[in-house]
Formats: sequence, structure tokens, C-alpha cells
Amino acid sequence: MNKKNTESFWTSEGFMNFVSAILAIVAGLLIGFILLLVSDSANAAEGFSAILQGGFSSGMNGIGKTLYIATPIILTGLSVGFAFKTGLFNIGASGQFTAGAFVAIYIGVKWTGLGGAHWIVGLLAAVLIGAIFGLIPGLLKAYFNVNEVITCIMMNYIGMYATNLLIRKNIYDQVRNRTMAVKSTADVPSAGIGEFFGNSSANLGIVIAIIAVIVVYVVLNKTTFGYELKACGKNKEATKYAGINSKRDIVLSMVIAGALSGLGGALLYLSGSGKFIQVVDVIANEGFTGISVALLGMSNPIGVLFAGLFIAHITVGGGNMQLCGYPPEVVDIITASIIYCGALSLLIKLFINKVKMARKKGDK
Amino acid sequence: MDVFYFVVQQTMFFAIPLLLVAIGGMYAERSGVINIALEGIMVMGAFTGILFISEMGDSMSGQGLLILAILIAGVTGIVFSLLHAFASINMKADQTISGTALNLFAPAFVIFAARMINGVQQIPFEDTFRIPSVPVLGSIPVLGDMFFKNTYLTTYVGILLYIIAAFVISKTKFGLRLRACGEHPGAADSVGVNVGKIRYAGVIISGFLGGVGGLVFVVPTSTNFNATVAGYGFLALAVMIFGQWRSGKILGAAFFFGVMKTMASAYTSVPFLKGLGLPNDVYKMIPYIATLIVLVFTSKSSQAPRAEGIPYDKGAR
Repeated sequence: MNKKNTESFWTSEGFMNFVSAILAIVAGLLIGFILLLVSDSANAAEGFSAILQGGFSSGMNGIGKTLYIATPIILTGLSVGFAFKTGLFNIGASGQFTAGAFVAIYIGVKWTGLGGAHWIVGLLAAVLIGAIFGLIPGLLKAYFNVNEVITCIMMNYIGMYATNLLIRKNIYDQVRNRTMAVKSTADVPSAGIGEFFGNSSANLGIVIAIIAVIVVYVVLNKTTFGYELKACGKNKEATKYAGINSKRDIVLSMVIAGALSGLGGALLYLSGSGKFIQVVDVIANEGFTGISVALLGMSNPIGVLFAGLFIAHITVGGGNMQLCGYPPEVVDIITASIIYCGALSLLIKLFINKVKMARKKGDK
Repeated sequence: MDVFYFVVQQTMFFAIPLLLVAIGGMYAERSGVINIALEGIMVMGAFTGILFISEMGDSMSGQGLLILAILIAGVTGIVFSLLHAFASINMKADQTISGTALNLFAPAFVIFAARMINGVQQIPFEDTFRIPSVPVLGSIPVLGDMFFKNTYLTTYVGILLYIIAAFVISKTKFGLRLRACGEHPGAADSVGVNVGKIRYAGVIISGFLGGVGGLVFVVPTSTNFNATVAGYGFLALAVMIFGQWRSGKILGAAFFFGVMKTMASAYTSVPFLKGLGLPNDVYKMIPYIATLIVLVFTSKSSQAPRAEGIPYDKGAR
């Protein structure tokens, strides 16, 4: 009896996934280390340890930095992961993120009479505009059969140019080619978090991100609506026969995904961290990082939380590694390698199965 | 009239790379493999091609150098796309994941490599490839001004590759097999087609065209490669979907987008558009909004390959 139990644990899907995820991370880090060795072997060990240590190398302040960087990408990761669950590829998280960021900053600069509610209004407006940016691909997909990938790509560009235009018209700091500074009432309160983490930029935002993770988890796993969404993602035809309004679910899924990305945009910029939207014709990177986060976290909300923290951790490490003379892009290479190796999980599963077969033969 | 010629000439620079890369994407997808790694493949191809031009610029110049660079870009694209093929065909991986990984990898690797080789991220190159006027053809009235002046060899290479690609997929045995693998791999397998091999071929072709497309995009529009192709890989993906995975429609979609894009970037030299006095960013937005509107009216019946994105499992036949 006992033996059977342990065996089923070692062969369970969850354990296999866990092992392959760990192996993928190890492989990705190894590739990063090899790159460092090849390019400049003298500093490789030091540079690599900087990546591994991440924020931990500079104490509480470093951890705070990690949390601050993790906040927006956890939200864009949730956004992409949530849409994945409904079988939709939300490559438009960037546009939703930018739109949310713009509206939040606009309100932060212009709506000065709100007092203590200022930042809350900013966040809510960002959620709303993000939702609208998600609504368009959702509607086009559900009612006009337009592939959401293409709509999302178009919305990324429309969002970027529209934001640049509106910034220039309304809240432009011409000298530095970026947005004006928001009023301090618009910044998300630190609530002691920033002070706790060595006066870093961390604030209530990370708590909001964690709440979002929990809410998404509950919606997906504990509600009928979440069940419908997942069913939609698994088999669209079957849901139709089961009487699920898949059109409505597609639209809602994109709306929620958009809202999450929009919130992420607001949390990055309403933080008193000295970050501004630069007026350049480049699509926001956080949306694409969100795809990486969602993939690393296997679209599971809890997984996304840890994936976001992990990527933020090595991003901070990558920043520190520059002192050893390496470009910070090494971190992106590592992330890419981890995701790629994660996709090769079949290789690992085959390997585990082989070991098991060999063992069974041995038993006989 | 000069304005008209200028717009046509400029359109080529935008439309040809889109056309090439979208056709490449079409080959991968119609063989059954979703390839969103096009952006990454373009970046890699442009990188090695431009690096070659930059390094050899002292000893060579002109069209010979450009042709060699095109080949190098294409081969780089093939090598890079093999990673995607291995993951999606041998490992039956989720093709979106593998593609995303490659898209993330390429620009990071290119910046890393450029900084290790040259010390800086940008790779400058000397543009010795512009053809002011093609001999004989350039002196044809109207047509000569439109298509054979202020041009690059890449335009003609692109059109030639397009014609070959469009012919191969619709008129040859290989093309038929490729399409079968994307629609119903089980049926193809049952009559002796090696689905894995065909899909490899599809991805490799997309790698070649993607790599070439990257170089073809950078050469006429810049003299400095900065580890980016400005999202053209994603746009090509959009053009491919817009073109319903069919070579003829992709041609139309690429030029529709190319013309729009040219209007957006060159509107100041078109008196009528300049007279409207709209902000710069509005013009830049128009290509994307126009594409969305066209899509609403044309997408009712999607013709996506039926088996795309699904790893072929012999046992499930």
C-alpha cells in the first residue's frame, strides 16, 4: 500500500511538471553561465553569482527593488495567463499596460482635488481603460471572428501612438521628452512597506498584485464562470453543446485580462519611484515580459506570482552584474532559455519514464 | 507626379520585408507549425547579415556584398528556426511557448554579441547598395520612375523569392504535401508522406525567408542596426493572418499595409495629407486602425490551416 502511494507520487503529473520546471531553470542558468564564461571568463563566477543573488545582495533594499519590479509583470503575467486559460493569446498586454499607465499618470497630474482618494481613482481608471483595450479584441474575436493575435498586435501600436499623442497634448515634459511628474497624492501609499524594505520603491502595489493573484485564482478554480472559461479554452465546440455562452466568455476573458494589464501599468508609474513614460515609438516591454511570466508560471495564478518574483529577482541581479562588465541582456537570454527548455518537458518526461522502466526490470 | 513616384518607391521598402516574412510564416503554418518566432528570426538574420556587411565593408562593396549578406542572413534564419522545429516537431512542445522564447532570446543575444564583438550595441554599416536608376529599365517612362529608380536589389530579390514561394506552394507536389500536413496530417501520413520531414521543411523555409526579410528591412531604411526590426516580425504575422494564409491575399495585405505605412511616414511630402494638419501620431496610427476595420469585414470565414499548432501524433490517427 505504502509503496503504491509513493510510486503514484513520483509518477504524478504535478511532480513531473515540477521536476521539468526545476530542470529547465537549471539548464537556463547553465546556458547563461556558459555565455559569461565564453565572453569573459575572468569575471564569470562573480557575474553569475550577482545574478543568482539578485536583490538579496543588497539586503532589504534589494528585496524591495525586486518586489517593485515584480509588481507590474505579475499583473501582465496574470493577464496573459488568464486569457490563455480561455484559449486566447493576449499578445496585446503591452497596449493595455501602456493605456492604463497613461490614464493613471494623466489623472495623477491633472486631477489634483481628490485628496486621499487620488491614487485609488488613478488605479480604477487604469483598470477601466485597460479593460476597454481588452474589450476590442474580445468583441472582434467573438462577433467578427477576427483572430485575437492580430487585433492585439494592432492595439499595441494604436495604444502606443495614441498615448504618445495624448502625452504631447496634455502632460508633456518637453525638456526630458517624457510625462510630467504626478502629484504625490497620486502615488500608491507605501504603507510602511517601502520603509520596511530599506526605503525602496516597494509599496502597497505588491499587496494589490497578490490580491489580484488570489482573486484570479478563486475566479478560475472556485466559480462557475471560471469553469466555463476553462472549458471554453479546452474545447470550444463542446461548450457550445453544454449551453455555455462562449461568445460572452471570450469577451469577458479579454476584458478581465485587459483590466489586469492596465492595473499593472498604473502600479509601475504611480509609485514615486521616479519612473516616467518616455515618448518614443517603442512598444512597452512589460507586456512581453508578461508572456514570459505566464509561460513560466504555466498560466496558473500562483505559478505566475512566483514566476514574476523570479524574473524580477534575476533582473535585479542582471543590473548588479553590469558592474562586472556584462550587458544586462544576459538575464533575458537566461529567461528565454528557461522558457525554451521548459517547452522541452517531453524530453524530461521520457527520461524519467526510462529510468522507471529500467528500475522495474531490475525488480523482476 | 514626383510625389507619386516617391510614395511607390518608399512603399517597396516597407512592403517587401513584410511580404517575405509573411510568406515564410505561411509556409510554417500551412505545414502545421505556428511560428510566432518570426520577429526573433528577423532580428537574427539582420544581425549576421549586417555584421557581415560591416566587417567586410572595407574590402567589398555594392551588390556582390549585398547578395552574400542576404545568403548569410537566410542561413542564420534557418539555423535559428531549427530550434523551433526541434521543439515543436520532435518534442511536441507548445509552439507558442517555443516561439516566444526565441523572440525573447534573439534581441538579447544580438545585443550581447554586438557588445562582445564591437563594444557597443549598434552596428553601423555603409550603404553602398542604393541603385539610383536601373540601366535601361530605369529610363522607361512612368514605370521606370515607379519601380526602377531609387531602389535596392533587395526589392527584386524579394519579389523573385515571393514568386517562387507562391508557385511552389500551389503548383508543386511538395507544396501539395505541405498543405496536406497542415490540414490533415493523418491523411498525409496514411499515403506515405513523412509529416515530420515536411513540417521541418516548412519551418526551415520560414527561417530562411524570415532571416532574409530581416536584412531586407534594415538595409534600405537605416545605416545602423540596433538589435531591432521595429516589430516587423509581429506585423508580418498580422499580414499573414490578414492574408488568410494564402499567397495571393498576403501580397495584397503586405502592400495595403506598406502603402498605409508609407503615407504615415512620408505624409509631409504629400500636399493633400499635409494640408489636413493632423498630428504626426495620428498618421502613424492609421495603418493599424485601417487594418482592424478591414479585418472586421473580411474575417467571417477564417481559412486557418486546420491542424496548425497541433503536434502530430501517429497514435491518434
